[in-house]
Amino acid sequence: MKALGYRFSFFAGFVVGTFTLYVFLRQMWFERTVAEQQANSFGKFFDQLGGEDKLWKKERSALFNLKHPHHIGEDGRVADELYKKVRILCWVMTGPNNLEKKARHVKSTWSRHCNIVVFMSSVDDPDFPTVGLGTKEGRDQLYWKTIRAFHYAYDHHANEADWFLKADDDTYVIVDNLRWVLANHTPDEPIYFGRRFKPYTKQGYMSGGAGYVLSREALRRFVEGFTNKVCTHTTSVEDLAMGQCMEKVGVLAGDSRDTSHRETFHPFVPEQHLTAKFPKSFWYWSYCYYPISEGPSCCSDISVSFHYVDAAGMYLLEYYTYHLRAFGYKYRYQPPTPKNYRIEHLSFPNSADGQKQMASQEKEHGKVDNPSRSAQEQDPDPPPAAGKDPPPDAEE
Amino acid sequence: MLSEGGSFIKGVVLGGLFCLVVSLLSSFSSVTESNTDDHHHHHVKAASKDELKHFSDGQLLELNNRIQVYCIIMVQPKNLVYWATTLDTWSKHCDKPVFYTSEASKALEAIDLNEKDDWSRLRKALTHAYKNAGDLRWFFLAQPTTFAIIENLKYLVLTKDPEEPFYLGRAVKSGELEYVEYDGGIVLSYEALKRLVQVFQDEEKCPEKGRALWKLSEDKQLAVCLKYTGVFAENGEDTNGKGLFNTKSVDSLIQDSMRDNPTDVVEGCCSDLAVTFNGMSPNQMQVMMFGVYRLRPYGHDFHDLLTFYPPEGSDND
Repeated sequence: MKALGYRFSFFAGFVVGTFTLYVFLRQMWFERTVAEQQANSFGKFFDQLGGEDKLWKKERSALFNLKHPHHIGEDGRVADELYKKVRILCWVMTGPNNLEKKARHVKSTWSRHCNIVVFMSSVDDPDFPTVGLGTKEGRDQLYWKTIRAFHYAYDHHANEADWFLKADDDTYVIVDNLRWVLANHTPDEPIYFGRRFKPYTKQGYMSGGAGYVLSREALRRFVEGFTNKVCTHTTSVEDLAMGQCMEKVGVLAGDSRDTSHRETFHPFVPEQHLTAKFPKSFWYWSYCYYPISEGPSCCSDISVSFHYVDAAGMYLLEYYTYHLRAFGYKYRYQPPTPKNYRIEHLSFPNSADGQKQMASQEKEHGKVDNPSRSAQEQDPDPPPAAGKDPPPDAEE
Repeated sequence: MLSEGGSFIKGVVLGGLFCLVVSLLSSFSSVTESNTDDHHHHHVKAASKDELKHFSDGQLLELNNRIQVYCIIMVQPKNLVYWATTLDTWSKHCDKPVFYTSEASKALEAIDLNEKDDWSRLRKALTHAYKNAGDLRWFFLAQPTTFAIIENLKYLVLTKDPEEPFYLGRAVKSGELEYVEYDGGIVLSYEALKRLVQVFQDEEKCPEKGRALWKLSEDKQLAVCLKYTGVFAENGEDTNGKGLFNTKSVDSLIQDSMRDNPTDVVEGCCSDLAVTFNGMSPNQMQVMMFGVYRLRPYGHDFHDLLTFYPPEGSDND
């Protein structure tokens, strides 16, 4: 009897001991790995902070882009040239409550492709940074913010940019494509571009949410218009008010469509333009200045903007635009090279081909329609048979 | 009483020591195990640009023309919307897209295998594809809920010999079995498919009706059968080691990356030359068509050493 009792208590003790130590060890291991993870993430965090400083120069509440973002393995020479010649100041309409929710993602994605970006808010924030426009927040303040934002851009940056883009913090803009649209115009033209709407005005006006861009001359006339009281705060409907002022000061409403007449600025997300069937009673049908296309022809290959884009949508569009592609794919639509941009001086190995391409491109600028037919002729890429690649990319 | 307590204490001490020893030993072996795991985990990487430069232009042109993909798309009338979407989107980029259905549909045409059992149907489809391969040497097996970028698949297998057995995709391990997940799409070389079709005849190794009490999913069954023929699952990756085959949707992966790499969301997410995504809505698949084959930033060019032309009679690419 007694022996059994001893055995039993020994066994019980053994089980208790094993269990206790097991729990203890697991807890220790868990805590150790959590601590490691935290240490790692802190390390990463500091690295990123340092990294970010090198991309922007923060000056007077504006972010000056130091490095036009490049992709490993790409030939971005045409984009680089346009970057230098078509300087764009992007100002983003935001507010103190949206900095973390929305504006932050704009800052991490498309605004990096602007020459200068300024985040306009009602309140100054030196860290983000945002400019405080001295207004309140709310839909009724939109035109006030717009007026002040453009005045700010004119007062501080008139000589540092050629074009001045207004976008919302839920607008995604492909700035490289905007440069293509603008490249055939000069900043001295009184003109502005966006998604053209037709009601209430003679020449139409540009949708606010889809973003619009003023030439330097257009901006100058806008500011002058307010100084001379030709333009005033007529309504809080910002885009319409803008359009009315532009008309008064003689700024032309431009046609931003591509050479296949496809729209580039979009007031909704890609999914809606590509797949939704808007009901005929929807305001959109009566607002658009040009005939609406549903389905794939809604949107240019070199689209400039989309609206109502949420945070994840910003990164998704960045991925689709700048990252994801089909290897070796020959695009159907080849946008013609802008008028004053010669590609021959971008040293291609076979200069004879370069001359031939130049000649055919000059012919092309007479034509407007059906670029897909002439895709072969317009292709600025050297033929693969040349055997040598253009000057090697440094980042490879 | 006291002596019982003493035994108890002895028990506790010995139990604790036992636990310590066991955990030390197991951490030891798990370290060695994980090393051998990496050894057995196969990767297949796409060729880098430098590697491709070693080929002459003539060789590249030949590869360009020769590499053709037979798409085996397993549909069912119950997912008609996805069937139609796949028909209207990525399948147009297959050299030979073939739809195999479980039962005929009045709305869309397909090869009617007239078979409700998923595994049996898959076997029939694979056998049919092998017999009708013609000159095609690469096979891509997927369901219509997957979106595939066939050009990137071609890029992955460009320098691989289809007379060698290749079984690629998103390779994962379940116990001892390494298999390619169906949702991410399955790539088979001609040799792999040939061996597979042969082993289908072997009721012992690769039975049509599974022996186990529980049903093994088709992708695992496939792996088991292939393993018998000496063909092992390999993970398809880009030159940076990033997986090319995804079993999740692109927006889901972006959201994961926003959580895991908030300062580097896009870089930390998905490969530039991804081959597949899964679980997207039909509308999202149309958006992906636009994003892959059309939307791009002007002035950024990739002088890829191969050229793939758009398919005839299509307007969304």
